[in-house]
Amino acid sequence: MAGINLKELTKKQNPLTEGHRMCPGCGAPTAVRQALMAVEDPVVVVGATGCLEVSTTVYPYSAWRVPFMHVAFENAGAGVSGVEAAHRVLSRKGLVREKIKFVAFGGDGGTYDIGLQSLSGALERGHDFTYICYNNQGYMNTGAQRSSATPISANATTSPAGSAIPGKLQRAKNLTEIVAAHDIPYVAQTTLHDPMDLIAKVKRAVETPGPAFVNVLVPCPLFWKIDSGDQMKVCKLAADSRFWPVYEVIEGKHVLSYKPKTPVPLEDFLRAQGRYSHLFKKDRERMDLVAQGQADVDREWERLLKKCAG
Amino acid sequence: MTSGNLAFAEAMRQVNPDVVAAYPITPSTEIPVKFAEFVANGMVDSEYVAVESEHSAITACVGASVSGARVMTASSANGVALMHEIFPIAASFRAPIIFGLVNRSLGAPVNIHCDHSDSMPERDSGWIQIYCEDAQEVYDSVLLAVRLAEHEDVLTPVFVCQDGFITSHCYEPVELLSDETVKKFVGERKAKYPLLDVDNPVSYGSFTMSEYYFEIKRTQIEGMNNVPRVYKELTKELAEYTGREYPALDAYRAEDAEYLIVIMSSATGVVKDVVDEMRERGVKAGCLRVRFFRPFPAEDLKKLAKGKKGVAVLDRSASIGGTAPLAAEVKSALYGLSEKVPLQEYLFGLGGRDLYPRDAEKVFSGLMENDYSDTARYIGLLEKDEENGGN
Repeated sequence: MAGINLKELTKKQNPLTEGHRMCPGCGAPTAVRQALMAVEDPVVVVGATGCLEVSTTVYPYSAWRVPFMHVAFENAGAGVSGVEAAHRVLSRKGLVREKIKFVAFGGDGGTYDIGLQSLSGALERGHDFTYICYNNQGYMNTGAQRSSATPISANATTSPAGSAIPGKLQRAKNLTEIVAAHDIPYVAQTTLHDPMDLIAKVKRAVETPGPAFVNVLVPCPLFWKIDSGDQMKVCKLAADSRFWPVYEVIEGKHVLSYKPKTPVPLEDFLRAQGRYSHLFKKDRERMDLVAQGQADVDREWERLLKKCAG
Repeated sequence: MTSGNLAFAEAMRQVNPDVVAAYPITPSTEIPVKFAEFVANGMVDSEYVAVESEHSAITACVGASVSGARVMTASSANGVALMHEIFPIAASFRAPIIFGLVNRSLGAPVNIHCDHSDSMPERDSGWIQIYCEDAQEVYDSVLLAVRLAEHEDVLTPVFVCQDGFITSHCYEPVELLSDETVKKFVGERKAKYPLLDVDNPVSYGSFTMSEYYFEIKRTQIEGMNNVPRVYKELTKELAEYTGREYPALDAYRAEDAEYLIVIMSSATGVVKDVVDEMRERGVKAGCLRVRFFRPFPAEDLKKLAKGKKGVAVLDRSASIGGTAPLAAEVKSALYGLSEKVPLQEYLFGLGGRDLYPRDAEKVFSGLMENDYSDTARYIGLLEKDEENGGN
């Protein structure tokens, strides 16, 4: 984190104005602010359809102080490819500024699910851009439906916890590793547990030539059913329980960024959120699923440590 | 000698667009393949983005176009259908993209040959649609399309359509302009609100509910309404170099004709030949070729069809359960006439089936014999179906 002074950075203008329409306690605007804080060159932002896009561009206003383009849901990767290609040729011709950074924001729906092909294509082609997935683990813009980023046992509106089925039955897709398999120069996974971490990771991502990807876990208070003031607390539990390991893949090499001194049990992370409350209901509690979740976390953590050691 | 595809690609080389993002699909594949070759050999300054799908192709085109770049691409059939979602977005962004649409039937069943079932579903996407009869017209239309799309009173993307294989792959003489002349004619794009102007940030693709959506669509309608005026000047200007002027509605021996066939694209040649033969036999036959489908030249058509003894409309795509696209437009254009013009609808050429001179003759005979039916008739069906005009 050399060269980053948080006190200095707080003086920098937020690329998002006040008055955007995101919910109180939503992690996405926090992620946007932290992500773009340490980017020194001018930034052009491309957004996939989602909460962030609809809530920041309510015509005739725009909350973006930087150029912003949204095309559709499944194509932020392709959209930013076109913008970056245009920049390459127009800067060769001396018609635009030479140094501009391109950052795409997509939710997990627009990244893990419907936008995966477009992202994969953009990564393979090697465009010089950073893709940030603000991952709240479901479709929040349409009202808390499950996505392939939704964790097992979570209560989402298309994987509801009912009397016969205890929430989502499938594990979340490991998108960070899928992206890393594209062998791009920089991949990272983090959450909002520590502002310096996201700031430093995105700074590194945008300064790395070629494609970079950052998967940032952000709470949605409505889906996660947490108090809007508990954003950082819940993110810290995600990191400390090792539910959401914080790490980087730099030129193909896995590097752990954060090792909790005393890992907290997964149960603490789950109990902090209403979306798992069905697991802890009196007389109907499903501690077996909690234990299974803990086993998953332990197994994935060991896998990650091996990758970091290897 | 060149083909429609190669004529399109050659026009692209001379226009030297900033960005081409494309994905291969028969029969338009030659266009991006040829262009990639130009890029590889340093013959153009363009960035070629070899995307992973047609959806990404058109999306990358939109991104590049709003960035201020001059952008071109090409596709056909299912590729066009996959792009469908993005076409109205491109039009609403007023992104002046030039699109080589090589007409091919939509699956299923899979068929690589020509009809207009791929471009017709896009007629309400807010794009200009130009349909070309031959390779020369394809070449000239690309140059016209660049200026038309980027004109500040228009700012609307353009489909330059040509018939798959018939036009795209057949070789014919095409007169090309010099690189310097093309450069002079098309000039440079000057985008008004480019995304890459970081000192004057703009937002594209806003969220707009009922308060403003309608007004934004209205501005697109106004832009499209300006096309005839702007286009008339442009085709005159290009004709100074080429000697070729292309009206929105191509009238062939139509003014004094008693019987008219209305048709589009490459099959027009057959009809024009038959018109000549019939004229020699003393029959006042004529042909109207609709070149601009969007905006539709309704007024011109109304004037030319007024007072005719009979009009036949030949559609190369169906609107299953409704009136086929060309017939619907023609009928709508003729509605305002105080005296009704007898009209017969035909469906022909689906999946690349040829239109023969005998077919066009039979259509004219039907008009002369006052033989009309309430429903559309088929041309060249294998089934014996006298009622519907089958062979």
